[in-house]
Amino acid sequence: MATATPEAVESRIVEALASFGPDIEQVTRTATFEELDIDSLDLVELAQIVEDEWGVELKGDDMKGLKTVGDAIDLVVARAA
Amino acid sequence: MKRRVVITGVGAVTPLGVGAEPLLRRWAAGEVGIQEGEGAARDFVAKEHLSIKEARRNDRFAQMAMVASDEALAQAGWNGEKPYAPERIGCVLATGIGGLESLEGQHDNLRDKGDKAVSPLSVPLFMVNAGTAALSMRHDLRGPTFQVGSACASGGHAIGTAMRMIQMGDADAIVTGGAEATLTPLARASFAAASALSPTGISRPFDARRDGFVMGEGAGVIVLEDAEKAEARGATILGELKGYATTSDAYHITATLPEGTYASRAMDLALADAGLTPAEIDYVNAHGTSTELNDAAETTAIKLTFGDAAGQVPVSSLKSSIGHLLGAAGAVEAIATLLAINERIVPPTLGLQEPDPALDLDYVPGAARELTPRNGTPKALSNSFGFGGHNVVLCLEGTTA
Repeated sequence: MATATPEAVESRIVEALASFGPDIEQVTRTATFEELDIDSLDLVELAQIVEDEWGVELKGDDMKGLKTVGDAIDLVVARAA
Repeated sequence: MKRRVVITGVGAVTPLGVGAEPLLRRWAAGEVGIQEGEGAARDFVAKEHLSIKEARRNDRFAQMAMVASDEALAQAGWNGEKPYAPERIGCVLATGIGGLESLEGQHDNLRDKGDKAVSPLSVPLFMVNAGTAALSMRHDLRGPTFQVGSACASGGHAIGTAMRMIQMGDADAIVTGGAEATLTPLARASFAAASALSPTGISRPFDARRDGFVMGEGAGVIVLEDAEKAEARGATILGELKGYATTSDAYHITATLPEGTYASRAMDLALADAGLTPAEIDYVNAHGTSTELNDAAETTAIKLTFGDAAGQVPVSSLKSSIGHLLGAAGAVEAIATLLAINERIVPPTLGLQEPDPALDLDYVPGAARELTPRNGTPKALSNSFGFGGHNVVLCLEGTTA
């Protein structure tokens, strides 16, 4: 399993979110999921990718509080530590 | 008095290309879209037409329906504001199987990596109503929307059901048709196991050497409107859906009733629904699958309906050019039929070189012919029959000039 450095997590999450539809330039730390048209189904898929990469298991309740890309990156980094 | 129902737009994605225009043009020119025993819609690349999000959230069958619907709605002049309130526009699409490629892929994930690897998009990808749901959201259609399934008769059922709903006043317009994309290992093996697929990979309906159907994929979408409302808004009318009927063999899960009794009854009832006699029909677009049983039973059925004059009505099968599009077949064939009669073309049955002595109708072998309407406007029947014994017939009337 890869080391979850903040840089690595950010890079992988941005890449994953961009593969769901938004242009990669739009996917910044401050961008909200609403702005990016990322819905709950996308977030479940993101959680699967995160678990595959770093073994961090994110449940539905974890995902509900996430508003921005930065929220997701911080959560994964904190859990992986 | 039933409301009349007209066609104002058509769109298609088929093995002959993206668009309804290449479908008729290439078929009439004798071109075959089948390669290596399958009618893949090779020219269709989802990302050329859809955003990343649209493409990844829809199975190939729904993707093709979306692209065909864009073409049909544009032709109907619905690009900008819709001519009716969203609540008065419905969507009835057909599929025989649904998102099989997605289903197989997710099953691979489940088997190989466990249940946590199954995508949250799985059900929206493979559910049979995914095509209808996609079009409803894409075009803001808020009237009655649902998917119909009757195997290879589905496309005809969708269009006929949509016609009835407009006649009954449930909607002023309905986006209808069918889509199918099942060129997958499971579908191949399944149809082959049922001895339905051609082992030689050649679709040659009504030929003595026919040995099964060739699977194809694609979508056909039609915009149906209440005739009075379409005329009032000055729409270009492509034709009228004059009649629809459906019957059942109640005989065998895959085999057609050899006597053709109920397939013929569906033709009789569709003619009656249209207020027409067999003598007024210029062309029959056959189900013509290239299976031994279908082509024989359908021939018998046509003879029952048309009687002594059966030999005078040209009968041909689009499946000779593109294979069998399963749940999309009836829709794509209805579109090709309408375009053909409007162009005054009788399109051919391709690959028919060795006539079966038992099959003696005019199957239009080899090359297209000119169509001269018998009575004013050109009129045609389009037959669709499905596993399960479902028979559907549509009666279409083309335009005058």
